[in-house]
Amino acid sequence: MLDFIQQTIGGIALGCVYGLIALGFVLIYKATEVVNFAQGELMMLGAFLSFTFIATLGLNYWLGFALAVVCMAVLGSTMERLVIRPILGYPQFSIVMATIGLGLVVRSLAGMLWGTDDLRIETPFTGGVFKLGGLVIAADSLSIIVATLLLCAVLYWFFRYTKIGIAMQATSQNMLAAYYMGIPVKRIFSLIWAISAMVACIAGVLLAPITLIHANIGFLGLKAFPAAVLGGFSSIPGALVGGIIIGVVETLSGFYLPEGFKDVAAYVVLLVALMVMPQGLFGSRALKKV
Amino acid sequence: MHQPVKTDYSQDLRLFRTAGQVWSYAALAVFLLAAPILFGNYLLSQVVFVIIYAIVGIALIILSGYTGQVSIGHAAFLAIGAYTAAYCQKQGIPFVVYFVLAGALTGVVGYLVGLPALRLHGVYLAIATFAFAFIVEEILARWESVTNGNEGIMLALPDLFGLKLGDTGFYYLCLAVVTTIMLGAINLLRSPTGRAFVALRDSETAAKSMGVNPARYKTRSFAISAAITGLAGVLYAHKLSFISPEMFTLSLSIEFIMIVIIGGIASLRGAVFGAIFMIMVDPVLATLKDDLPGLVANVVSVLGLNGGGAQEAVARVVNAPGLKSLIFGLIIIFFIIFEPFGLAGRWEKIKLYVRLFPLYKATTFKRQKMYLKSERGR
Repeated sequence: MLDFIQQTIGGIALGCVYGLIALGFVLIYKATEVVNFAQGELMMLGAFLSFTFIATLGLNYWLGFALAVVCMAVLGSTMERLVIRPILGYPQFSIVMATIGLGLVVRSLAGMLWGTDDLRIETPFTGGVFKLGGLVIAADSLSIIVATLLLCAVLYWFFRYTKIGIAMQATSQNMLAAYYMGIPVKRIFSLIWAISAMVACIAGVLLAPITLIHANIGFLGLKAFPAAVLGGFSSIPGALVGGIIIGVVETLSGFYLPEGFKDVAAYVVLLVALMVMPQGLFGSRALKKV
Repeated sequence: MHQPVKTDYSQDLRLFRTAGQVWSYAALAVFLLAAPILFGNYLLSQVVFVIIYAIVGIALIILSGYTGQVSIGHAAFLAIGAYTAAYCQKQGIPFVVYFVLAGALTGVVGYLVGLPALRLHGVYLAIATFAFAFIVEEILARWESVTNGNEGIMLALPDLFGLKLGDTGFYYLCLAVVTTIMLGAINLLRSPTGRAFVALRDSETAAKSMGVNPARYKTRSFAISAAITGLAGVLYAHKLSFISPEMFTLSLSIEFIMIVIIGGIASLRGAVFGAIFMIMVDPVLATLKDDLPGLVANVVSVLGLNGGGAQEAVARVVNAPGLKSLIFGLIIIFFIIFEPFGLAGRWEKIKLYVRLFPLYKATTFKRQKMYLKSERGR
């Protein structure tokens, strides 16, 4: 039983990572209906930047963290401006492919700039553990859980109650109508990419002690897709819940099922979810008027 | 676009619309038949790869270009075809039998993958297909009694009716397959099925109200596309003579989509253009790696600067790991932004430019932007 609880907690921590990355997808999708396949690469870039600031330049952890987040915000909106803006209004397939291309470019550039070794940063949490009865929780994992919950709350509030957040929802529902209502649609796009890149950066930095930093952690982004889909793709709490479900399923199937199931568990859950309830746990279902 | 005036319904059914087309395709056919004599071994094997990629390109154009369904998992269909070939050859089953079997099997799998497509659209479908591809990749690595796991399987060139095929024979086999598939695809796309595909792509609601059953035609499109890819997989396995699960990853699927994007999604000709482009990337990169540093050094030293330093810097750039995927990424972005109809689209534009000279207007091909409306309610 203790094993089960320990595994579940491990799964929740992993799930929060997926949830955190999935948040980035959800943000961009929620505001612009673009699915960003380069989200994992943004996360990787954020982790590399924080490595440069913290380990190479020797800055304080929190200062380096903040600088990396700011840099990513700028980079995120630049990418939007250069790649996504020119093809807005074209079929979604084009935009999806463009983000895949963007991911390839970012990944190989990062590989060239930072090399292919595993990099590591020292964090204030490294090595700390919390003990609760017989259970052990690493401080790194706990930091991820707390940060994910916080970010979810903040972003949920942002979309629900702020003027810009509501404008973003309007943009996603009908770009032209939003434009007529005086919403600066183009600026909204840049803004949401900046925010999403910031979230990705936070995910990357928090993840760094667990997975180490290398050019392939971007692939973790692909694991976050099932989380986002399960949560309904446009729901912020959904991303978190979906992430936790995927994380727990993956960890438990790695523990109880034969080898090999762990890697595909997330995708099996995804396919089942898509067949059974394509709108996800928190998605809204609407019918199209002709 | 120039359309010859039609005076008769039978003209609509013709394969070639003008006499010029007959001549140019005849010349192409002669050239391809003579290719083993004209080309050396290396070039011939590149042409075989072009043919295999073109077959996959045709499959994807039917699915994405004409039916409007996205798939980021076509490497999985290729893998199923390839592994069927490898397994059957080991069991001593004749080529003709397992070639058909591979097509049928991938067709059935494609039909099953197409089922979620009934409820999904756009991005969700893309995600579902790539989840499927991941699962297939994992099964290939784990099902060791059939696939030999990560160690992979070796294959020999196929026997055709007891005749052992050499490199040249295999080339002709591939040529025959691609020609058959190309003609089949052309005919499919102007049959009622093909028109239903296009109707579904343009507006599902309109197609439905005209009596097109989306479920039937979407799954059919998936099955056809998968079956064609499976056939390409058989040829691919024989060509490489060794297959293992890590060859059929997401990046291969992305390469396939690149064929379509580069070649042009709106016409079958694009598959061939895109395949040629994709196969040429590797040799061109190799040449760049060998020759570019020396060339730049010569230019720089002619200008009276430090040639050696420049040579080193250029060599470092062209030999950097990951250069290929950087170039791939840039190509994807470039084509999507600047040449959405790919090389086939550019070809049409050049033809029109020549015909209308000097009256050509760039705006003839300007795409209409559709301002985004939520797809969530679809």
